[in-house]
Amino acid sequence: MIVVAVIAHALLGSGALLALVRLARGPSLLDRVVATDTLLVIISASLAVHAALSRDPTVVPVLVVVSLLAFVGSVSIARYVGGMLLQSATGEGSDVGLPRAAEERAAEEREAQG
Amino acid sequence: MSVEPAGSRLRHQLPLLVWLVVVWILLWGTWSWANVVSGVTVALVVMLLLPLPPVVGATRVRPLPLLLFVGHFLVDLVVSGAQVAWRALGPGGAQQGAIVRVQLRVDSDLLLTVVAETLSLVPGSLVLDLDRESRLISIHLLHVDDLADVERQKADVLATEERIVRAFGTAEDIASLETGRLTGRTTR
Amino acid sequence: MSVLASVADVVAAGCLLAGAFLCLTAGVGLVRFPDVLSRMHAGTKPQVLGVLLVMVGGAIRLHGLAATWMLLLVAAFQLITAPVSAHMISRVAYRRRHVRRDLLLVDELSDAGGRDSVYRGDEPADAPPEHPAQALPESRREDQEERENGSQSS
Repeated sequence: MIVVAVIAHALLGSGALLALVRLARGPSLLDRVVATDTLLVIISASLAVHAALSRDPTVVPVLVVVSLLAFVGSVSIARYVGGMLLQSATGEGSDVGLPRAAEERAAEEREAQG
Repeated sequence: MSVEPAGSRLRHQLPLLVWLVVVWILLWGTWSWANVVSGVTVALVVMLLLPLPPVVGATRVRPLPLLLFVGHFLVDLVVSGAQVAWRALGPGGAQQGAIVRVQLRVDSDLLLTVVAETLSLVPGSLVLDLDRESRLISIHLLHVDDLADVERQKADVLATEERIVRAFGTAEDIASLETGRLTGRTTR
Repeated sequence: MSVLASVADVVAAGCLLAGAFLCLTAGVGLVRFPDVLSRMHAGTKPQVLGVLLVMVGGAIRLHGLAATWMLLLVAAFQLITAPVSAHMISRVAYRRRHVRRDLLLVDELSDAGGRDSVYRGDEPADAPPEHPAQALPESRREDQEERENGSQSS
């Protein structure tokens, strides 16, 4: 089991390291969101591996929290980036919910043009 | 919120209540009546404080097609997971993707959601956009070889839709599947 | 240790190793793939198959029903939430043109007129414009010019 533990943690660790590389280099915010998401999943996977190999269920509730936090985090950043589009669309910066669909906007522009 | 008779509202919200109670019991990890009662209380408070629109649209679950769908989904998950892993590690990399639109035939919010979730869960395809009015779904594919491959993957999407509808859809949904195929044949 | 227990241990170890390996390939894909959407593909893979495998391995190894139920719950949460967040991010990525269009064989969404023409390229897309109300007509005008130039040259 020790061999399995070493190999699994080596794989997970190098995966996390590569995700960190993308987190540092990522040219845009969205790249970093994807990298953070993956990093959190890798972290929760390694917690689960640790729990499984040492037969120690103490960290299992942490997994639930981490998996939900990852979701909330990436969704709120996606909303934030989309909201930048939205604020410019309404002009006065008021929140109207979801951004208008690109199709809708393109159709309006076509109508305005001719 | 629109005024709705309390009875039908309760019936619409019942699946949510059951789901919340199940989550509560799974979190506690043990089955006991105290957990059930406290779970129902917490679920009712959550539903009163954070109301959600009801899930409309009837479904009926057919066991055999459901088994077929789940089995196919798991095989898909492993196969395309291995493919994406090979894309990441192998010499090829992901150099040629594609964004395709597929005309779906089913016209039910719930089933469209299940189709979109399934397509996103399988590695290698990612739902970008779903046009509810015309039932057009836009999917990003990680790698395609050529145009024939694009057509093949589109057919895969339609096959997934058909399996889901046969597993969860009502008789009307299955009928729309058939008519959609017929009109597709005549227009082609 | 009985034979059954050791077989279960081997299966669990296999699941854990496969899950860890998928996490590694996710990291590699994250670094190697060219744009946000393809990195998204790499990122959703450990979220689905890798986490499922690790959770199965953990459920085999851990004794006690409470931990098993909770691992099941984690797997269910991942299966429900992963597509939602992936879809939200990829939709924003497409709208803000974080896509290497030169690498796409076909782009039927843009052919159908779904192209977002309000914002110019994706840089500096991550910073909100300082004056949104003025930035919008500005970028519309630039887009218009670009379209006219494009139609002349082609």
